[in-house]
Amino acid sequence: MTEPSYAGPVSASALLQQPPPARDFDVLVVGAGPAGSAAALAAARAGCSVALLERGPYPGSKNVYGGVVYGRILDELVPQWWEEMPVERWVTRRSTMVMTADQALTVDFRSQRWGTAPYNGATAHRSDLDGWLAGHAVAAGAVLVPATVATGLLRTTAGTVVGVRTDRPDGDLTAKVVIACDGVNSFLAKEAGLHPRQDNARHLTLGVKETLALPREVIEQRFGLTGRDGQDIEILGCTRGIPGGGFLYTNLESVSLGVVVGLPGLAAAKVRPEELLADLKAHPAIAPLVRGGRQVEYAAHLIPEGGYDHLPELAGDGLLVAGDAAGMCLAAGIWLEGVNFAIGAGMYAGRAAAAAIGAGDTSQAGLAGYRRALERSFVLADHRKLRKVPGLVLSERMQRQYPGLICDLAEGLFEVDNPRPKPGVWRLLRTAVRRHDISPRRLLADAITGMRAFG
Amino acid sequence: MTGQPGEDYREISFDDRMEGTEFRVSERAHITVDTEVCDSCTVRSCLHVCPAKLFVPRADGGILFNFEQCFECGACYQVCDAEGAITWTYPDGGLGVVFRKG
Repeated sequence: MTEPSYAGPVSASALLQQPPPARDFDVLVVGAGPAGSAAALAAARAGCSVALLERGPYPGSKNVYGGVVYGRILDELVPQWWEEMPVERWVTRRSTMVMTADQALTVDFRSQRWGTAPYNGATAHRSDLDGWLAGHAVAAGAVLVPATVATGLLRTTAGTVVGVRTDRPDGDLTAKVVIACDGVNSFLAKEAGLHPRQDNARHLTLGVKETLALPREVIEQRFGLTGRDGQDIEILGCTRGIPGGGFLYTNLESVSLGVVVGLPGLAAAKVRPEELLADLKAHPAIAPLVRGGRQVEYAAHLIPEGGYDHLPELAGDGLLVAGDAAGMCLAAGIWLEGVNFAIGAGMYAGRAAAAAIGAGDTSQAGLAGYRRALERSFVLADHRKLRKVPGLVLSERMQRQYPGLICDLAEGLFEVDNPRPKPGVWRLLRTAVRRHDISPRRLLADAITGMRAFG
Repeated sequence: MTGQPGEDYREISFDDRMEGTEFRVSERAHITVDTEVCDSCTVRSCLHVCPAKLFVPRADGGILFNFEQCFECGACYQVCDAEGAITWTYPDGGLGVVFRKG
């Protein structure tokens, strides 16, 4: 290395005239998040030598999410995973709340089946969860290299990726396949030209999260829970019309309260994210749930919410991309998932890398099995099916008009306005549509888009 | 702490908000801001989107930037459209923000 290089938007590949004759590893995975650890685990199980790089001091130290993970994709990697995964609470209460400043309509579903194996959602902290999965990769033979930044790709002049440069002295590491699981900013995938457009800020949201400590019994009382049962509340209408939403999740002895907003919308509104969080915290439907919580950590992260229509290329010569680095978060209204998509994508990437190495062809064509496997699995099947939903959820109408419409409908339905007789749903709807200045045609079109997503 | 009514959590100062988050601060500033470029910027999205509030308006109209308590999210460089204003990199391995409750 001639001068120190750092990973960032302008980092560049180190070019080699000739491919290195021997490689340090079969597979080099960058980022020990869920995608990276699943990739390392799958590749190591398939017999590859694997290094797993992590820029933080430990896996999960740079990671933030809302707080709910869906574990069933782990069935293939860690049988009986629920017996060992570090879980805060198992989500048995799943709620969607639509609110205005002084109204809230909640759809609240509870299933005790979700409180027993194989479970459904679970709350967990990433420092626990990511470390646990990385531990499985290590047990399978992968070498975990923490506190190490991949500062750029090593490429041949023909463009083939043959390794990464790191910020350690003599830190070049070579491999037959590099799997970039380096998160939402993914400088490696951008460096390789896999992200076609530079306007990706349009599809990024910013999440901010407070972890608020509360005694276990207080959480049980307020949220109506017993034992390790937990609640997941997703919120629409709490962001002053800025595209986005909120969430409140129960951990064992804390709750996670957060707001997620589109980056361009936030910038245009000239509102600071913690102001939205303070609004939500003071809302009459939320305040009694979080009252007295002592903040133990404040955190923030970007989220790639573009969905299927804004995925990058997923493979290059010697390179695969998985997880947030490939924009695989599913932000589709009532479905807000990411870790499961990362684990799934990482698993298929690790297998595809091993298969390509076995076949002696790690070119883009040789690695094409990755995309095919994703398309067949839930990872891209769900994204493909729900491709129109992120746009609908973040639309002006869904954000500014529909929460009020929905709450007014509920209020009209449940209000006993005697001596006037009950108004009937259609009249309520017509009145509310007019009051919120909604185009009936757009409402119908959005309803059809929404229904198709479920279909 | 056990949920007494009347506690006003909206009063939390930004410093208190950041107090629970651990930062292993590097000597190298992993983000630098060329404030001469910022002086001519009228949009200043960074002031609003940076969740750690690291971009602060100065009395003389410029922008003051601190790198120490950075979440490394990338929001600032993503919204900044002034060429060369923000030079953004990850901190060196093992340094920077360390989340425990992410």
